[in-house]
Amino acid sequence: MVSRRAALTATGIGLVGVAATAAVSAATADPEPAAAPAFDGAVPFFGEHQAGIVTPAQDRLHFAAFDVITKDRAKLVEMLREWTAAAARMTQGRDAGTLGAVGGQPEAPPDDTGEALGLPPSGLTLTIGFGRSLFRDAAGVDRFGIADRLPAALEALPHFPGDALRPEISDGDLCVQACANDPQVAVHAIRNLARIGFGVVSIRYSQLGFGRTSSTSRTQTTPRNLMGFKDGTRNMKLEDAELLREQLWARAEDGAAWMAGGSYLVTRRIRMTVETWDRTSLTEQEAIFGRDKGEGAPLGKAKEFDEPDFDAKGADGQPMIAKEAHIRLAHPDFNNGAHLLRRGYNFVDGTDGLGRLDAGLFFMAYQRDPRKQFVPVQRSLARADVLNEYIRHVSSGLWACPAGVTGDGDHWGRALFS
Amino acid sequence: MRKLPALTAAAVLGLSLSACTSDPEPAAPGDATGPIAVKATDATCEVGRAETAAGTVTFTVSNGGAKVTEFYVYAAGDRVMGEVENIAPGLTRELKVELTAGTYETACKPGMIGKGIRNGFKVTGSAAPLTADAKLAEATANYQRYVRSQTAALLPKTEEFVAAVKAGDAEKAKALFPVARTYWERIEPVAEIFGDLDPKIDGRAEVIEEGMPFTGFHRLEQDLWEKKDISKSGPIADQLLVDVKEIVAKANAEQLSPLQLANGAKELLDEVASGKITGEEDRYSHTDLWDFAANVEGSKAAVQALRPTLEERAPELVTALDAAFAAVDTALGKHRAGDGWKLHNQLTQAELKELSDVINALAEPISKVAAVVAK
Repeated sequence: MVSRRAALTATGIGLVGVAATAAVSAATADPEPAAAPAFDGAVPFFGEHQAGIVTPAQDRLHFAAFDVITKDRAKLVEMLREWTAAAARMTQGRDAGTLGAVGGQPEAPPDDTGEALGLPPSGLTLTIGFGRSLFRDAAGVDRFGIADRLPAALEALPHFPGDALRPEISDGDLCVQACANDPQVAVHAIRNLARIGFGVVSIRYSQLGFGRTSSTSRTQTTPRNLMGFKDGTRNMKLEDAELLREQLWARAEDGAAWMAGGSYLVTRRIRMTVETWDRTSLTEQEAIFGRDKGEGAPLGKAKEFDEPDFDAKGADGQPMIAKEAHIRLAHPDFNNGAHLLRRGYNFVDGTDGLGRLDAGLFFMAYQRDPRKQFVPVQRSLARADVLNEYIRHVSSGLWACPAGVTGDGDHWGRALFS
Repeated sequence: MRKLPALTAAAVLGLSLSACTSDPEPAAPGDATGPIAVKATDATCEVGRAETAAGTVTFTVSNGGAKVTEFYVYAAGDRVMGEVENIAPGLTRELKVELTAGTYETACKPGMIGKGIRNGFKVTGSAAPLTADAKLAEATANYQRYVRSQTAALLPKTEEFVAAVKAGDAEKAKALFPVARTYWERIEPVAEIFGDLDPKIDGRAEVIEEGMPFTGFHRLEQDLWEKKDISKSGPIADQLLVDVKEIVAKANAEQLSPLQLANGAKELLDEVASGKITGEEDRYSHTDLWDFAANVEGSKAAVQALRPTLEERAPELVTALDAAFAAVDTALGKHRAGDGWKLHNQLTQAELKELSDVINALAEPISKVAAVVAK
C-alpha cells in the first residue's frame, strides 16, 4: 500500500519536532532573516490554539466558505467530528480517510482524492471558523439552538465607504482556511473536506492565494503585495507574547466562554486595479503608502523596521508621511492602539474580460475583538486612504475561530455545541 | 486625429475671455484687427475672416441653428486656444483669445459633439520665442483657461438640471443629466483637489460614510431612473447647486502646476478605466459613455496644454499620444447615438473590451508625460 505517510516517514514526520522548534527558537535572534527554503514538514494539529494563526505564514492559501444546508444539528456536529479527524490526518501528511487514496476496496471510490499522494505535509494547517449566520439566519431564526452563544464580537461588520461587496462571495456559515507551502496540498485538503461535507454543507465560495503578504514571525522576511510594496512590516507576530495575549486571543470573560483561546478572523477580498496603479509615479506610490518601495522604510527613515516619525516635516513644511498615507491611517497610534495579525495572500483569478487582471489581495486578519480592532482601522482607511483609488473591497467575511482541538476526544465545534 | 501642418507652436499663448452679449459689434470687412463675426447654424460655420493680425482676437459667435453650439480655436494637435461653450440657439457670445503668428483652425460644434465644422485660420505678425519655462507657465495658464471655460458652462447647465428636477420635469432632467456632467467630468481632477466637495457632488451610494447623506448628481440619478420619483428631490437639487457654485469658485481660483496637469491627464483616464468602462459610475442611467467622452476630452486638453513642451523634449511621445487619442476617438465614435452616446448596457462585452484596450493603450504613454514635464 502506497500512502503519503509511508512515503514520508523519513523526511516529513521525522522533521516535525525539529522544524517547529527551530522556527520558534530562531525568533528575534536575527532581525533580517534570509529567505529559508519552504518548510515541508508537518505542523502539529492538536494544541491550545488552532494552528494556522501564529504559525509562520505559509506561501499558499486555499480558503473556503460553506453554507450549512442541513437543519439537523446532530448531522452538523457529526460532520464536524469527521472533518476534525480528516484534518488531523491530512495536516500530518496522511490521507483524508483511514483507507486512503489507493488502500480501499477496488470496487469503491477511494476515501482520499489522491492528488497529494507522495507529497510531504508541506506545513499544511487547517483552521475553522464559524460565521454569524450559523447562530441566527437573516430572518433571526436560531437554526441549531446556539443563538444564545453568539459572541458579541461577532457583530456584523458595518458598511465602509467604498465597499462594493458581492453577496455571493461574502459571509457564510463556516469557513476553513487551508495554508501550505504547496498549493496542491492546500487544494487537496479543501476538496476532501467539501466531499466529506456533501449533504450537510455546500461550498459557497473559495479563494486561492499564491504568495503570502504578511509575516507572522520574525524568522520570516517581509513579502510584497501585488502593488510591489512590503506588506505586514508592523504585523503582530508569534514572538510578541504580551501583544498576542492582549489583542489576539479571546478570553472567557469577553462574553463567549466557548471562544476562550480562539480568535476572530476578518476576510476581505480586495481587488486591485493594478493597471492604473502601474501608471502611477514612484513618488506618488511611496507617498500613498508612506514607505519607500525598495527598502520598505517609513518615509524619512532608513530601515524597514525603523519607527515612523509622523511629526517629521519635509523641506516644504509638509509632513513627510502624508496625512492620508496608508501607514499613518493604519498605525496603532492613530487607532487607539489596535493591532491586527494579518495573514493575507496575493491572488490573480484570471482576467476580468476587459483586458485586465482580476488581481488583488485576499486580506485575512485575526484579532481578539473586531469591534475594537478591524472596524476602527478600516473605518479610518476607507474614509481617507488614497489607496482607495486603486482598490475595491468585493467580498467580506467575519468568523469566530475557536480554540485548538486538544486531542483525539475533542473535535471542532465541541465547546460550541456541548 | 486630424493632422495639421507643423507650425511654430512654441509661440502660442493664452488668455481668453468669453462673455455673453446680446449686441455684438459687427465685424468691419477688410479690417485685419477688428472683431470677427461667426455665424453658426446646425450645418454651417461661417467665419467672417480667415486671417488676422497677432494679438488679442475677438470672435462674436451667433447661433442661428436649433441646437446648442460651441466655438473653438485650435492650434496644432487640436490644442484648444480658446472656446465658448453652451451657446444656446438665438444667443450670441464673444470669445477673446490671444494668438501669436501661426496656423490655427476654428470649429463650430452644433450639438456640442464631434470634431465640429472646421475652417483654417491664419494669424500673421511676429512672435517672440519663449523659453522652456515660459512654455510651462503658458501651459498652466492655457489649462486654467480651459478649466474656466468648463466651469462657465457647468454652472448654467447644473442650474437648468436643478430647475428641471424641482419643476418635476423628469424627462427634461434626464436629458440634462449627462450634459451637465460632461463639464464636470472634463475637469474632475481639479474638482478632486477640494476633498469634501467631490463626494458631495459626485459620490456614489457606496462611497458615502455612515451618517453622511447621499447627495449630488448620483443621488438625483437614482431618484430619476431607479426610484422614478423626484417629488422629494428638491432639497438635494438645491444642495447640488450650492456645492457646484462653491467648487466653480474654487476651481477658477486654483493655480495648477504643470505636473498637476500631467497627472490630471492620467487620472482622467484612470477614471475611465475604473469607473466608466465597468458601468459603475452611472449605474442607474447608464450614461457612462458621456462621462467617458468627457474624461478623454479633459485629458486631451491637459496634454495639449503641455504640447509645446512635449514637442520640444519628447517629439516621439507626442506622435504616440496623437495616435493613441485618435484610436480612442475612433473606438468611441462607433457608439455615438444622435447628439449623445449609446447607453452602457447597450454595448456588448467585446465592445467594452475594445474601449478598455484603447484606453490602456493611451494611458501608458500619458503616464510618461509627467516625467518629461519634470525634466
